[in-house]
Amino acid sequence: MLDAIAPFFKDLYATTGYNFIIFYEEYEYDRFIEAIGTTINLILASLIFSLVVGIVGAWAQGTKYTVLRYCIAGYIQFFRNTPPFVQILFFYFVLGNFVPSYDAGGYQESIIGNFGWAVISLGFFAGSFNVEIFRSGIEAVPESTKEAAEALGYTRLQSYIHIVFPLAFRVCLPSLNNNLVNLLKTTTLAYGIAVPEMMYTANQIWSDNVNVPEMMIILFLFYVGMVALLVWGMHKWEKNMKIPGYG
Amino acid sequence: MQNRNSFKPVATNLPVLLPIAETAKRNALLERHEGTFRLNLTRSHLIGLIGIFLVLGGTAEAATPAGMIGPFEAIFKWMGFLLWGPEGTLKGFSLNLIISFFSMLVGTVAGVTLGLMQVSLLAPVRSGSWFVTQFFRNSPWLVLLFTIMFLFPYEIDLGFVVIPVPDWIKAVIGFSLPVMANISEVVRGAVRSLPSGQWESAESLAFNRRQTMWMIILPQCVKRMIPPWINWYCILAMATPLCSIMGVEEAVSFTTQALNAEGDRPELIPVFYSFLMIIFFVYTYPIARWSIRLEKKFAVKT
Amino acid sequence: MNNVATDTNWTPDQPMVSIREVHKSFGDLEVLKGVSMDIMKGECICIIGPSGSGKSTLIRCVNALNDIQSGSILVEGQEVNDPELDKLELRKKVGMVFQQYNLFPHKSALENIMMAPVNVLKQDEKEVEERARMLIKKVRLEGKENSYPGELSGGQQQRVAIARSLAMTPDVMLFDEVTAALDPETVKEVLVTIQDLAEEGMTCILVTHEMGFAREVANHIYFTDRGVIVEDGSPANFFDDAKDPRTKEFLSQIL
Repeated sequence: MLDAIAPFFKDLYATTGYNFIIFYEEYEYDRFIEAIGTTINLILASLIFSLVVGIVGAWAQGTKYTVLRYCIAGYIQFFRNTPPFVQILFFYFVLGNFVPSYDAGGYQESIIGNFGWAVISLGFFAGSFNVEIFRSGIEAVPESTKEAAEALGYTRLQSYIHIVFPLAFRVCLPSLNNNLVNLLKTTTLAYGIAVPEMMYTANQIWSDNVNVPEMMIILFLFYVGMVALLVWGMHKWEKNMKIPGYG
Repeated sequence: MQNRNSFKPVATNLPVLLPIAETAKRNALLERHEGTFRLNLTRSHLIGLIGIFLVLGGTAEAATPAGMIGPFEAIFKWMGFLLWGPEGTLKGFSLNLIISFFSMLVGTVAGVTLGLMQVSLLAPVRSGSWFVTQFFRNSPWLVLLFTIMFLFPYEIDLGFVVIPVPDWIKAVIGFSLPVMANISEVVRGAVRSLPSGQWESAESLAFNRRQTMWMIILPQCVKRMIPPWINWYCILAMATPLCSIMGVEEAVSFTTQALNAEGDRPELIPVFYSFLMIIFFVYTYPIARWSIRLEKKFAVKT
Repeated sequence: MNNVATDTNWTPDQPMVSIREVHKSFGDLEVLKGVSMDIMKGECICIIGPSGSGKSTLIRCVNALNDIQSGSILVEGQEVNDPELDKLELRKKVGMVFQQYNLFPHKSALENIMMAPVNVLKQDEKEVEERARMLIKKVRLEGKENSYPGELSGGQQQRVAIARSLAMTPDVMLFDEVTAALDPETVKEVLVTIQDLAEEGMTCILVTHEMGFAREVANHIYFTDRGVIVEDGSPANFFDDAKDPRTKEFLSQIL
């Protein structure tokens, strides 16, 4: 792949001075591809973590133990109303101190690296929104529907899988999609704790090669492109999932 | 024969989905349109934050080695520095506020202009401004900040005078870009939310487009635009710490400096950070509540 | 500038509004399929018919709120279907009142009435205010000058809307189902206002369902169905002696 496009960009540099070094030099190209991978990993990992947090939180909110309910409410309010940047710093610098470390050949390395902390912090951040989203999804399915499922012979588990979950999911989907786009944009904050995702790597590349404007363009194209892709995908998905005749 | 597409669910006591589904959908669409959720800060948040601060401070106090100052003393010692920087300057938290004021000012002026361009009758103006709005709305704030901080010249040479552009002004410009895009959407949404009858009756009375816009449409829109506008200010104020990454001397970077000066003791870090969160909260809380009050007031009248 | 003041060739003995073979489509759907009518100065005509027959579309074309695909509409000799038309000048002559009143909610009743003459016709504010107060009296809303639309009932709002259009001293008034959104009790107060206007000699074109009003006040009635004028005549001829079966069917359903 690199061999195919390299000559064009080398040429571009020679003739116009636009230095898209990531496309013609192997080292930079590798760094760039790795950064894309890390960013996507970051997004996916935070997403999955936030979904888990959301499900657990939504379940915990329905519990009869008031203390647990208050804890969940407190958690949601904290993460929604404080800036995510400070949350990431807090997790990494503050909680990072309390995590045990192991000897990695002469220096202490924490068992949760900065990528891990970024995932945890972003996961809790997005998860706090998900708790409410899942809650409203579950509550939107009327009791009578669940009873009808049982009357037809479904077990509780089956009725959840085949009836309650599909309905609840369609209710949650628009909010979940909003959350996902927001998460994508928030992952750039991981730069603050030196996670080698797109922004950080772009910074390194332009520090090494002094091609700031070119890398900026790539950076913008990457993020705006991904958001546009996500938004388009969201619309298609929501349209597919629409319940005909309703809404 | 009823058009199938206009079918509305009949209100029975046997719903397909409960009303909360409708609310959830409406909220999702509102969020998507406004670009963010509404901050809903309450007194219990403040109490919670202060509680966390005291608990962390208490444990840190207990963990303080002998001979070193405790966390509360440290906070007291550094508070002035964090809030307004060294004597005679306006840095630290004050700089966060200054940046937020100016970004909001520039962003609002540019955003209102862009928003009005989005409802223009000229197609190229409309598409151009739509594109600009979507572009800046969907870019991460940090990327925009970076772009401006790196690419903006550090001084502007006008021939007869050379104007230095300090870091914080670049931060102002960097923040004003996403604010501009979001305000533009707020304006466009408000204009489009007015019933078309208003436009038609104005036309029938021979008002031209400019008169219609300024005398009839926009005055009605102002009320609808104010709560989301205030919401964006709160979000902006809370986002200003981002520029600490670029070395702007505001609250977060000063906190780091203070911690360094105190020897980077691990028990002090949470205390300082929670203090930071409290001062941000104390600033945005009254503003956010005012916005909610305004929204209730406007909703009742119309 | 294309001055749409009365075309110098037009004289009051010619029709005030002349509609000739008008065709209008919304995309693929043809709503008006060749409609013609003449309205003389001082006449009050009513257009009645089932929903979807194109009546509202027709009078909106007179005001250039909708454009037409073919045919001609002459208002005081000026062609409306002219790409060079100065719409604003036309609308100074043709007033319109809507079903949804469409008052400006951020202005009081008096301000609503005064806004257009002051800002569009550039008339003196004191004179306009005097005239506005007279109009409020005329529509029987003394005491409500400083009320806001949100504080007025539907019927009151509609009367302010009528006064607002009258303030521009138009030559023709168009009424688009103005009582359809009102309670039966308030319908009467609006109809009385329009009746007064008609009796004073204002040229009125009404789209309405109010058959009693049409019978009493109109000079001429047009029945439209599916985009064409099926029948027309004076009230007596129309209601008592309808010829076309479609007209008879419609009348039997509503009377």
